[in-house]
Amino acid sequence: MSDESSMRRVTAIRNGTVIDHIPAGGALRVLDLLGLRDGASVPVSLVMNVPSKKMGSKDIIKVEDRELTGDELARLALVAASASVAIIRAFSVAEKREITLGDEVVNVVRCTFSNCITQHPREPLPHRLRVVDRDEVHLRCHYCGRPQDLDELVKNVI
Amino acid sequence: MVGLITMEDLSNEDVIEVLDAAERLLPVARGETYLPLLQGRILGNLFFEPSTRTRMSFETAMKRLGGDVVNLGDVSTSSVVKGETLFDTIQMVDGYSDVIALRHPRQGAARYAQDAARVPILNGGDGAGHHPTQTMLDLFTIRQAHGRLEGLDVVLAGDLRYGRTVHSLSHALVRFGCRVVLASPELLRMPSEIVDDLRASGGEVVETTDLYGSLAEVDVVYMTRIQKERFADEDEYAKVAGAYKLHARDLAEVRSNMIVMHPLPRVDEIHPSVDETRHAKYFEQAFNGVVTRMALLCRLLGVPVPGGEA
Ligand SMILES: [Zn+2]
Repeated sequence: MSDESSMRRVTAIRNGTVIDHIPAGGALRVLDLLGLRDGASVPVSLVMNVPSKKMGSKDIIKVEDRELTGDELARLALVAASASVAIIRAFSVAEKREITLGDEVVNVVRCTFSNCITQHPREPLPHRLRVVDRDEVHLRCHYCGRPQDLDELVKNVI
Repeated sequence: MVGLITMEDLSNEDVIEVLDAAERLLPVARGETYLPLLQGRILGNLFFEPSTRTRMSFETAMKRLGGDVVNLGDVSTSSVVKGETLFDTIQMVDGYSDVIALRHPRQGAARYAQDAARVPILNGGDGAGHHPTQTMLDLFTIRQAHGRLEGLDVVLAGDLRYGRTVHSLSHALVRFGCRVVLASPELLRMPSEIVDDLRASGGEVVETTDLYGSLAEVDVVYMTRIQKERFADEDEYAKVAGAYKLHARDLAEVRSNMIVMHPLPRVDEIHPSVDETRHAKYFEQAFNGVVTRMALLCRLLGVPVPGGEA
């Protein structure tokens, strides 16, 4: 099956965002990171484990009536750096957006180290993780310096 | 304002500059001359966990230079217990002082405080994190004995797993091209990510369980305490810890200028017989905490120490 036909598994959307080429099984993490799982006011469809020439299998998410912001794309980079994002307007692709992990991830997730100063819930300074290695997605806490485990990290979404 | 949070905040040239300034301040630290370089300046001592030695050392350093000190006081009676954030405490002390010495049980607290403060922060230890003023006094002691830091052979011995002192020191030694021998029981080896880091930055690092076999060929032996609590039972502890104790007779074959160091307090890992030998440097090391902190306070407050090459 081609990537083209797998896209059609999900109803076409009029306006919104399509996130394709998410590593298989990663869609739920993406929803968590984007805050689309609970109380999202817009319709979201997802397809998991779709065969893909490029990736073996992949997940796809369609978000209606919402265009992901640059900040949201940065979050996506944490768990699905390989994903491709298309902004849909009037049923056609209006824009493709690059996913890039910046030098720092600010107020997206909190440090996973249990004895970090940022564990205090009322400390007001931003949660900051430095990107040490962009390709391998290695992050360290700006404050305590501890390396972060990605599986742990996605449970710490702010 | 730029404080001192980790050793990464100082280049090798900065380290040498601070050690040079500290050397010039020795007569002041000993009380032989009075040099009120920091008159009118106030150090805020913020110790969120007890560490009488480090706190006194900061306080003495400030007062020897004519400065004043305000202390947070006993943590158990202060606002911290009432749930005040570190951010709020820093805002308050920031207004009272020109520089803050901070010790805190949580890792990352010093960097956090620096982001919250206008005045420079001197990290006096944050959880299992960094303690750069300890590293600076260790480097001062080594250079004082050997006249240089470059290319020395150094054994770090004892608890290398939990000891933040040796983590920080090992990084600094490698930066100056020292060969580092890590002598510890299997259970208390240096964390592998630190060993990897040291090697990745070009350091020559040897791991061994044999302390005594490492003594003959080195310039420095840095001892640390092995804590009973790290072991499942008393017998195991006694057996292992026994192999990381120094007695004067163990030093018969060592280099004549080899020095023995220890961050203190010691329990029984260095026998009192070593105190009498020319190798013992741990009491001077403790005193050197004052003079290096004096030099660091001057640096952070932008006050030049006279006698340097302008
Ligand atoms: Zn942290």
